[in-house]
Amino acid sequence: MEDTVLELKEVSKVYPGVRAMDKVSLAFRRGEIHAIVGENGAGKSTLIKTLTGAITPSSGTIVYDGKEYASLDPATALNLGINAIYQDFNLVPYLTVSENIFYGREIMRGIFIDFSAMRRLTLEQCRQMDMDIDPDARIKDLGVAQQQMVEIMKSVSRNSRVLIMDEPTAPLTNTEINSLFQVVRTLRDKGVTVIYISHRLEEIFEICDRVSVLRDGQYIVTRDTKNTDRKELIGFMVGRELGTDYPRSRGQMGGVVLSVRGLVTDVVKQVSFDLHRGEILGLGGLVGAGRTETARAIFGADPLRSGDIQVNGKPLSVKSPRDAIAGGIGLITEDRKTQGLILGMRIDANISYTVLDRFSTAGFLQEGGIDRLCRRLQDEMLIKTPSLAHKVQTLSGGNQQKVVLAKWLARDCDIIIFDEPTRGIDVGAKREIYVLMQILAEKGKGIIMISSEMPELIGMSDRILVMCEGRITGELGREEFSQDRILTYASQRRKRTA
Amino acid sequence: MSYSGRTKSQINVGDYLIFLVLLALVVFFSLFIESFRSSVNLINILRQVSIVGIAAVGGTLVMLTGGIDLSAGAVIGISGMILARLLKAYPGHTVLWVVLVLVVCLLIGVVNAFFINELKIPPLIVTLGAMTSLRGGVYLTAERGLPVFGFQFKDIGQGVIWGVPVPVIIMALVFILGGIFLRYTRPGRYIYGVGGNEEASRLSGVNVKLIRYLVYSLAGVMSGLAGLVLLSRIHSAQPRAGSGYEMDIITAVVLGGVSITGGEGRISTVVTGVLIMGVLTNGLILINVNEYWQQVIKGLVLIAAVGFDRYIQYRRALASQRE
Repeated sequence: MEDTVLELKEVSKVYPGVRAMDKVSLAFRRGEIHAIVGENGAGKSTLIKTLTGAITPSSGTIVYDGKEYASLDPATALNLGINAIYQDFNLVPYLTVSENIFYGREIMRGIFIDFSAMRRLTLEQCRQMDMDIDPDARIKDLGVAQQQMVEIMKSVSRNSRVLIMDEPTAPLTNTEINSLFQVVRTLRDKGVTVIYISHRLEEIFEICDRVSVLRDGQYIVTRDTKNTDRKELIGFMVGRELGTDYPRSRGQMGGVVLSVRGLVTDVVKQVSFDLHRGEILGLGGLVGAGRTETARAIFGADPLRSGDIQVNGKPLSVKSPRDAIAGGIGLITEDRKTQGLILGMRIDANISYTVLDRFSTAGFLQEGGIDRLCRRLQDEMLIKTPSLAHKVQTLSGGNQQKVVLAKWLARDCDIIIFDEPTRGIDVGAKREIYVLMQILAEKGKGIIMISSEMPELIGMSDRILVMCEGRITGELGREEFSQDRILTYASQRRKRTA
Repeated sequence: MSYSGRTKSQINVGDYLIFLVLLALVVFFSLFIESFRSSVNLINILRQVSIVGIAAVGGTLVMLTGGIDLSAGAVIGISGMILARLLKAYPGHTVLWVVLVLVVCLLIGVVNAFFINELKIPPLIVTLGAMTSLRGGVYLTAERGLPVFGFQFKDIGQGVIWGVPVPVIIMALVFILGGIFLRYTRPGRYIYGVGGNEEASRLSGVNVKLIRYLVYSLAGVMSGLAGLVLLSRIHSAQPRAGSGYEMDIITAVVLGGVSITGGEGRISTVVTGVLIMGVLTNGLILINVNEYWQQVIKGLVLIAAVGFDRYIQYRRALASQRE
């Protein structure tokens, strides 16, 4: 095809014991937004790393602009105009926007940096791309969305012709996602090829022109997004047809297990609600609406200004997570790497971390009991690893998340709060986590689920509370669920509060 | 793949490396210096490292939590000085005074941890301040050396049991107890956890502050104990005693593979780190390398050993990089 800008030809990457990429052939066109989807372990990261020159393929060739390369290195890739924006940005927090954009290739006048020229060019670029960013703002003062825009401007100013975006919308709110999409479309119309990696399939249908599926290191198929649907894609990704997306076979709900009244923290304003045994209570709202903060307040992770918490009818004073855990509450945090796991520690040590008090005599750990517990949970949770003695950081995202869940299953809490439980994990693992939540609910646990994924929220919850600006702005029973209603409540700013 | 748990190729290579460095040094000095390979000298090396070794166990605990204890050397100094004064003023109650001094050292650790925990001052700053002011306190107590009275005390530093010097036995005990503590107990596990990810530990219900009080006070006690051994060995409390030891301790711990950011490392390899320092010093003295050159070499060995270890890890990370 003549407008092909970048092509992989039978590219393989073999590690000892693992074939991370197996003869992948894939072509990207000039000026298209091309999604790559696949479960964790499908080979997406390897593909990105091959294109950015971070790794050398074992065999195959990369064709760029008609020239063949056996491999790229990072400098070559950059010079050719291949740029990647990763989930954690590469920006210097204490430098300004324009300084970051020209970082490493500053415009000079004599031996001095020409700041005004850099500022001028930045402004011009902002105008061209219809962005509203102050070139003199320091990165550390910007929100995530704006930092991402800076990353995009950085690669645009390098005349990037292929831009790889890895889960770009993960940290963004809906409005921010819209402006990101605007920018990405502008780029495409200018002839830039955008390679778009995302777990959120809805997004892919909204923004991408074509989508390619990888599975187990192999290239499966490429489709125009117009000519496929969610179900078909998932089928390609998992290699089997999935039934309904969300398991539902609910027993009846029991009495109130958690009762929250008048919760106030720095962010949360007068939040009150009840949670029943066997209930999955969804917390909806935009990012920053105070959902995570509500969870952290109940869990004692953030200081409480006022408010009462009752567990099983008895008041519980939570001054620290220790109090909450003793009261039977578990929190699965939204960020497993910084808050959920000790990455450098062994898998079994992580799983048993919350229950060491139950598995020790006179301070000494009961290794046998711990070992049995961990193996049981490994089996239950289908944690895929050759050995529990490996470090958690060797696991894929989905398996890491299972370890976090196992930690709290080990504790056998009455109330479990899931904060974005399926963020950044693959479809197969997502489903396993849904099934697990279902089982927990059937066992009579009370579950609170915070989710920014609308289908997940609607599919899993028995009842949804919607938050906005730190307060609960709406409550929806199952029969009232709709994306429209949730969004309406979620954007209900303070004008008519009760 | 074996399921038996302890087979971790990942860590073993690192342990092996540092052990090889020690072996290489021993072989090197043995080949070139006849006096090095005598059993008297080998025991001498052990005796020489015992003071840093005892304190290094405390240093390991602190550094595993991601902290650092710069006050160790000053605590070594002040524990000896206090004991010497007590024995001079009220001779005869040796055991009581020893216990009292160790309690004082424990409290120094508690105060360190207090500032770190409650006022959120970085450990480097807190213990730097403690080091400076404690050293000042030692000089205030006695500007010149103070001989020790009470002869039963002498054995701690100078005694020999079955051919093994008592300080070496004390060091071995402290290492063994430290190893058991870290490997088999709940607080030991939490020490790794706090260093590995403090926030995840707090959210898992771990009393992070308590763990910090524990490691800094244990470090205080062990530095105090090291100070008493030193006092007993030289039989006089010197105001400069122990100064600079904090750096030797940190060097030994880091050589022993303890991550400077915490969460990783083992007592068994710290032993190796301590021994490397001892062998190097001893060997260099025997071949008449002057003191300043010794410092140059020790510094370079530290950087080379850690650098090599990092390099191996980097290579391994490259090789195993997957999804």
